[in-house]
Amino acid sequence: MFLALRELWFARGRFVLMGTVVALIALLMTLLSGLSVGLAQDGVSGLQRIPATSFAFEQGVSTDSAFSRSVVGDAQVAAWQAQPGVLSATPFGNTLANARTDRGLEIDFALFGVERGSFLDPDVATGSRLGDGNEIVISRTAADAGITVGDTVILEPSGTELTVVGILADQHTFGHVDVGYVPLRVWQEVRAGVRPGDVVPAHVYEEFTAVAVEADPASPPDLAAGDAAAGTTSLTREQSFAASPGYSAETSTLSLIQVFLYGISALVIGAFFTVLTIQRRHEIAVLRAMGASSGYVLRDSLAQSAVLLVASTAVGMALGLAGGAAIESTPMPFALEAGPIAGAAVALVVTGLIGAAAAVVRVVRVDPLAALGAHR
Amino acid sequence: MTPALDVLDVTLVHRDGDDVVHALDHVSLRVERGEMVAVIGPSGSGKSSLLAVAGALVQPDSGVVRVDDQELTAATARTRSRIRRERIGFVFQSGNLVPALTCVDQVRLPLTFGGVADPRDPVELLREVGMEQKAHRRPHQLSGGERQRVGIARALVGRPTLLLVDEPTAALDRQRSQEVVALLQREAHDNGVGTVMVTHDRDVLHHCDRVLEMVDGRLTPAGA
Repeated sequence: MFLALRELWFARGRFVLMGTVVALIALLMTLLSGLSVGLAQDGVSGLQRIPATSFAFEQGVSTDSAFSRSVVGDAQVAAWQAQPGVLSATPFGNTLANARTDRGLEIDFALFGVERGSFLDPDVATGSRLGDGNEIVISRTAADAGITVGDTVILEPSGTELTVVGILADQHTFGHVDVGYVPLRVWQEVRAGVRPGDVVPAHVYEEFTAVAVEADPASPPDLAAGDAAAGTTSLTREQSFAASPGYSAETSTLSLIQVFLYGISALVIGAFFTVLTIQRRHEIAVLRAMGASSGYVLRDSLAQSAVLLVASTAVGMALGLAGGAAIESTPMPFALEAGPIAGAAVALVVTGLIGAAAAVVRVVRVDPLAALGAHR
Repeated sequence: MTPALDVLDVTLVHRDGDDVVHALDHVSLRVERGEMVAVIGPSGSGKSSLLAVAGALVQPDSGVVRVDDQELTAATARTRSRIRRERIGFVFQSGNLVPALTCVDQVRLPLTFGGVADPRDPVELLREVGMEQKAHRRPHQLSGGERQRVGIARALVGRPTLLLVDEPTAALDRQRSQEVVALLQREAHDNGVGTVMVTHDRDVLHHCDRVLEMVDGRLTPAGA
């Protein structure tokens, strides 16, 4: 580090220029990370906060449309309840609905139908838990949009009226739509398009989207065996995220952008240190003629790139956090989380170091003989 | 006492296509500790090749080279690097200082390579070569003669057995040339360092204990 730090200071203009490029990439990575987490939360936070470990859907249903196409019944619930390693299995309904409130606020809901008292029946931060009537417990984000306990939510086009009885503590969204928990019977009527006053056929109350399974953490069930017994297709909770509308496309697009940024960072750093190493050839030859080992010169060059990368990534991330905090207060789906940001920072530094290593490794090929100016 | 440098019947051949050039043609040279030897000769005569072989920068095609009690000829690249670090000091043309380092850091630099058991004090060394007042200046703030003085201090900081000096006066005027070579002579004699100086400058030869001439890769006493 003796030479590395002194050269960083001596050629600070050149290194600041390079550091600015890295800092801008780090800034972009932070904002992309926030957007990625925000979109993921907007897409699947309703599923992330469900205590189920897996969902058993209709056998053979396509994964990317499982929540909208699957239909299962009580026989599947019973079969799953009998499986070893299953603490609980309960019906789960999921459907999207357009709605407005009695105060004229238009809002869409992902209606989650659950049985009262089951492990899916959510705790509330405000108001009360679901009862048996036409009631709905809403996501905090729906409350942020202006709905409050006591409001009436009118579903369209059926005209079914639901009274808001409770508000959840956190964001619960599915497919960028606020989640509303309703009693399973109400959900079944909504899904069947039953209007107030209609006679409801008996089969309506026999169907729902999936069986939500709560596994015993000590000895989780064999999902394949359960599926064979129940005639279902199971997805773990994390696998079921792919069934959220647009989730896979959004996350893969952002991941691709991030991967490209890592690659660009490695290339930019590599190109910079390639030019720097070529410019330093004679100086490196002098160092090696004086007895500096290849390892010494290599370590010094890598330490220089590490200092540059860490410092400029920290600056870029700090700017990104400041900008992200401002964006978080807007309706844009954006969320800053320490884990993904730290991961992005580490990945940026590591890919940058790989680029630098590929460039500075040529120092070991510098012939110390070049230090003697007159030598042929 | 073992000599600082012992070169025995060394041959170094450069190949350029079908052409074969004997850069060193059965050269032998023994330099005692504290002795200063000048090597003169026309460009391309093999002077720098002699420095390269003596400084463990190049392996000769035949012959034996010893610095102090260390034989270079059979040494690995790693060992030759260690010998350069511990036993050999180089003074290059124009000093070849590192642009980012101050004078005192230039002298400290070889100590950061490791392996120097009993280094000299860099600040004291700068005082000895008359550069203590400019210890915190960088190379671009120094004259050519001052850069060479710092280069000499840098070469001596590890108490080398052998000092190899490559055209130290190439970029200096007459007065500065005399001062720099006089400084080399004083350091060689006072510290018991065997010194080989390659030069074109015949005006500084009177500072040397011996003068040899290299012609077509052959080394002979000057004027012989």
